[in-house]
Amino acid sequence: MSDALAAAGPQAAWIARLWWISLWLCAGVFVGVMAALAWALWRSHRAAAARQAAPMRSSRALGMFVGGATLLSSALLVGLLEVSVLTDRALARLPQRDALAIRVTAHQWWWEMVYEDPRADHVFATANELVIPVGRAVVVTLEADDVIHSFWVPNLHGKKDLIPGRTTTIAFRADRPGRFTGRCAEFCGLQHAFMAYDVVALPPDRYAAWARHELAPPPEPQGADAMRGRELFLTGSCMLCHAVQGTSAQGRRGPDLTHFASRSHIGAGSTANMPQALSAWIEDPQKLKPGANMPSHFLPPADLAALVAYLETLT
Amino acid sequence: MDHTLPGLAADSRAELVRAWSDPPTLKGWICTLDHKAIGRRFVVTALLFFFAGGVLGGLMRHQLSAPGKTLIGPDLYNQVFTMHGTAMMFLFAVPVMQGVALYLVPLMIGTRNTAFPRMSACSYWIYLIGGLTLFAGFASGTGADAGWFAYVPLAGPQYGLGKRSDFWNVLVNFTEAMGLMIAVDLATTTLKMRAPGMSLLRMPLFAWATLVSSIMIIFAMPTVMLGANLVQFDRMAGTHFFNPAEGGDVLLWQHMFWYFGHPEVYFIFVPALGMISAIIPTFARRPMFGHRAIVLSLISTGFLSFGLWVHHMYATNVPELGKSFFTAMSFMIAIPSAVQLFCWIATIAGGRLVPKSPMLFIVGFFATLMIGGLTGIMLGAVPLDLQVTDTYFVVAHLHYVLIGGALFPLFGAVYYWFPKVYGRMLDERLAQWHFWLLAIGFNLTFFPLHVLGLHGMPRRIYTYTADTGWGTLNFVSWVGAMIEDASMFVFVLNIVRALWKGRPAGSDPWGAPTLEWATSSPPAHYNFERIPVVASREPLWSPPAEGPRYVTGLSTRLREGLVTTVLDALPDVRYLYPRPSPWPIVAGFTVALWLIWSIFSNKGMLIGLIPPTIAFIAWYWPTPEETGAELEVEKRP
Amino acid sequence: MRHAHRREATPAGTPAVQRGDALDVAGLPSYGFGTRSLMWWGTVAMCAIEGTAFGFMIVIYFYLRSLSQTWPAGGAAPDLSWGTVNLAIILASAIPNWFADRAAIDQNLPVVRLMLVLGTLFGLALCGVRAMEFTVLNVRWDDSAYGSVIWMLLGLHTFNLVTDVVDTMVLTAVTFKQPLEGKRFVDVAENCGYWVFIIVTWIPIYAVVYWAPRF
Repeated sequence: MSDALAAAGPQAAWIARLWWISLWLCAGVFVGVMAALAWALWRSHRAAAARQAAPMRSSRALGMFVGGATLLSSALLVGLLEVSVLTDRALARLPQRDALAIRVTAHQWWWEMVYEDPRADHVFATANELVIPVGRAVVVTLEADDVIHSFWVPNLHGKKDLIPGRTTTIAFRADRPGRFTGRCAEFCGLQHAFMAYDVVALPPDRYAAWARHELAPPPEPQGADAMRGRELFLTGSCMLCHAVQGTSAQGRRGPDLTHFASRSHIGAGSTANMPQALSAWIEDPQKLKPGANMPSHFLPPADLAALVAYLETLT
Repeated sequence: MDHTLPGLAADSRAELVRAWSDPPTLKGWICTLDHKAIGRRFVVTALLFFFAGGVLGGLMRHQLSAPGKTLIGPDLYNQVFTMHGTAMMFLFAVPVMQGVALYLVPLMIGTRNTAFPRMSACSYWIYLIGGLTLFAGFASGTGADAGWFAYVPLAGPQYGLGKRSDFWNVLVNFTEAMGLMIAVDLATTTLKMRAPGMSLLRMPLFAWATLVSSIMIIFAMPTVMLGANLVQFDRMAGTHFFNPAEGGDVLLWQHMFWYFGHPEVYFIFVPALGMISAIIPTFARRPMFGHRAIVLSLISTGFLSFGLWVHHMYATNVPELGKSFFTAMSFMIAIPSAVQLFCWIATIAGGRLVPKSPMLFIVGFFATLMIGGLTGIMLGAVPLDLQVTDTYFVVAHLHYVLIGGALFPLFGAVYYWFPKVYGRMLDERLAQWHFWLLAIGFNLTFFPLHVLGLHGMPRRIYTYTADTGWGTLNFVSWVGAMIEDASMFVFVLNIVRALWKGRPAGSDPWGAPTLEWATSSPPAHYNFERIPVVASREPLWSPPAEGPRYVTGLSTRLREGLVTTVLDALPDVRYLYPRPSPWPIVAGFTVALWLIWSIFSNKGMLIGLIPPTIAFIAWYWPTPEETGAELEVEKRP
Repeated sequence: MRHAHRREATPAGTPAVQRGDALDVAGLPSYGFGTRSLMWWGTVAMCAIEGTAFGFMIVIYFYLRSLSQTWPAGGAAPDLSWGTVNLAIILASAIPNWFADRAAIDQNLPVVRLMLVLGTLFGLALCGVRAMEFTVLNVRWDDSAYGSVIWMLLGLHTFNLVTDVVDTMVLTAVTFKQPLEGKRFVDVAENCGYWVFIIVTWIPIYAVVYWAPRF
């Protein structure tokens, strides 16, 4: 569930605070103005019923109402402006010492995540999932490969657009463990609807374990089916687009599949990552995600099963 | 016969009728320069586009009413929401407001026609053909599909495949040309053709709203026209305005579009404010409280609206300090709107209520627009916007401000002025059904969308999965949409019934203060038998006590009118209006042909200019009849 | 020469005559110059529309420049030759234009005709020079964003230039029509005003296209 008001980190919490203040303020103004209107209608109705002469009286009272209401509205607006500016400043002041650096590149219609590190052999890539440590700032560098996309994890922060030709960043922190959903929030073509990524906040030790695991190549496939699947993967069209570390598959046009089996979803949120769904996906991704850049592969059933078996070993 | 002014002698009146009528043939209908005919044409056509856009909206609500409904695939869905937004914003909202103004303003300011009737007549054909061209693209499977604001690179040469975005870019040329032509006509008319004595401060607030929105249009529409043409050049001629690889910039389009786009919502809202200011005094039976404050509010709203556009771009990487400036401006524009609201409340409070259908829609406006305006304030704050922009929260907001701020006043205006236009009263009971079905249906449709946005539902998605939990509220929304559809049905029923057997209206069924109610219902072709002289803001409530009451000395045999001075409306120059002519439609067609050709060919963009050039020269060239007429009444300055 | 008709008519201009309840306007002129003419307002609106477009194009030039490292992108600035010739001719064209305007207000037909013919000749010469300018820009519209912007700037102005030259030719022809209604003098005066707009907008465009890349 994604929910901007269920803040799991300080950025979203600040924004949620601003939301509640604004909501109460605006609700109050709404009730006040509607009450004034109701009063005016009632008064006007009474004057009509009493057939009073054309009332030009009490212009001063009316003038004071208009003036006073305007002044009050202006004051409230200035107040809200102040709160907004303060919130803005708080958002910009997230401590970023020792932050985790991740580079996200948005593609039509999937997300590429590269976990950066000054040591080149500690850099690893994944796709359509963002695993982060609790309590540590994350600075995400954002780039777009094709059209404008937008990075949005409502439980953690507001949006930031990924714009071709520009590099931007967004900084946030998760303060409690949990699973959240991130979505693309800028219309980007046919499958904007299915461009989600799982965001998982892990306690620091479990995160460290995960990162170590990601760095390592996947386990060797066990069983004839899985080994056959790997052979198909490496000699067929899969390796043209996808990469699996430790093999000759180093394609960059599609998501990195090194630890694919550990992910919750296939196709950037199109469907849950289960063997049957995976089989359907490989055979005809167009059925689940029409317009996706992955072509259909109508393989003999045995081959398909082998491929799925192999992919299931990529934990 | 006019309200209290003495009528013309019978032979003069017969001459006036002959001078101003159109032959009752197809040619007469096509060549008419009667602002009322042209205004009606615009309103009717705009309403047809509104219903088409509404059907598209209904399709979307149905598709999203439950998870996993994919009757409409992503490709068609993208076209549907693009066509919905484009039709509503470009083909309905702005043209309908301009059409209403075209009809009403000359009547309200006491003149016989607008300043450039041929230009407005021509603009109608450009509008009609432009809209039909857009829908033709949709019907033939090449509908625009990049959203109603067509961001590049998605709408650009590399990712906007086929002709789809070409149709959109060229549509912008069609509608903005139309909008500009009418804006120039209306601005000149309100400034120069008011009845003697109608100084600027005595001019009705609806005419002020028309003037302000027309001037805004003049400064905002060229930007989007230019921008859409730059995108077209990128697509068709290999330029690099928006190509970062060759020094262009993707965000440039957003700046250009929203610099126009934000004022654009005010071209729609400001005339609606004018309608409300026309309706309230009549149904409160007293002059508007704070007339001058409202004029100043309209003008400042017009100015301020140009300083807000970056609030559509908070999620991009424009400089942060700049964003705060735009927050301040976005908040500031609420103040003149608030002033108007309070003046209206004061007017009602100080008056005697006449509880008729136009007022009902005004109350609906108050409630709905307030919610939209307040969510607008929320969106103006950068941090909040970052969470809810590009989600269904914004969809909710924009519908609350557009339906609240434009549609409710428009319906109020229809109930108010329909009797003038067609001479029949609309039914009050059906009006109540219309109103309540709309109010309930609308709120059911759009209120839940605020919550959906906060729960992570982005805009422009063709479906969603069940685990998002978005299903229930979307279902409620769909039910609301069907109730709204019912309200539209009642509205159309009311109109049809009134045209068929509505109660005759008489010239002034509401006892209103402004000049249009001094004519017959419907008004004669020439509007006023005698051009009135005005001495107050409410001419029918306070006719001139002393001094002249009407104008004489204008020809009744020729279409002669009066041009007055800008500030004080002193009679200045006599003016011969153009006579009915086929050139507006011919020129309109040649311009349309040029634009359509340019969708398919760069050569067409150049060669296609030749027919319009010829048409416009022929339009201008004075015929012997025109020259003869001019010479007959000529008096040198 | 009288300039009164350039300003708003004051009550001291030909006033309407009150006759009892009626305001008699039969004595008012059937046309007026400057702000008294509807065409003036239409022309000013046109200038506002086109001026906005020009203004934006210039902003775009500097905006894109602020985002790039090299400007002009990999090439030389446009040759100054034809552009400066254009500037000279267009400034010179202000002279017959001014005389045409005065003659129109004075309703002096022979001078109007002569000045309009001269104006047309200047205009046609400018069109020729403009065509040559496009050949020495040293960049194509599809080479880079820089190229696109200056072709567009020049192109927009050219469109207006050609339109006004055509307008001027049509007006010139009209002045040779018999009989000629006095209202056409107003059209001539308005066209002269629009020509001033063409001249005045050329100056910043010239500066941006030809000189800005050199700084």
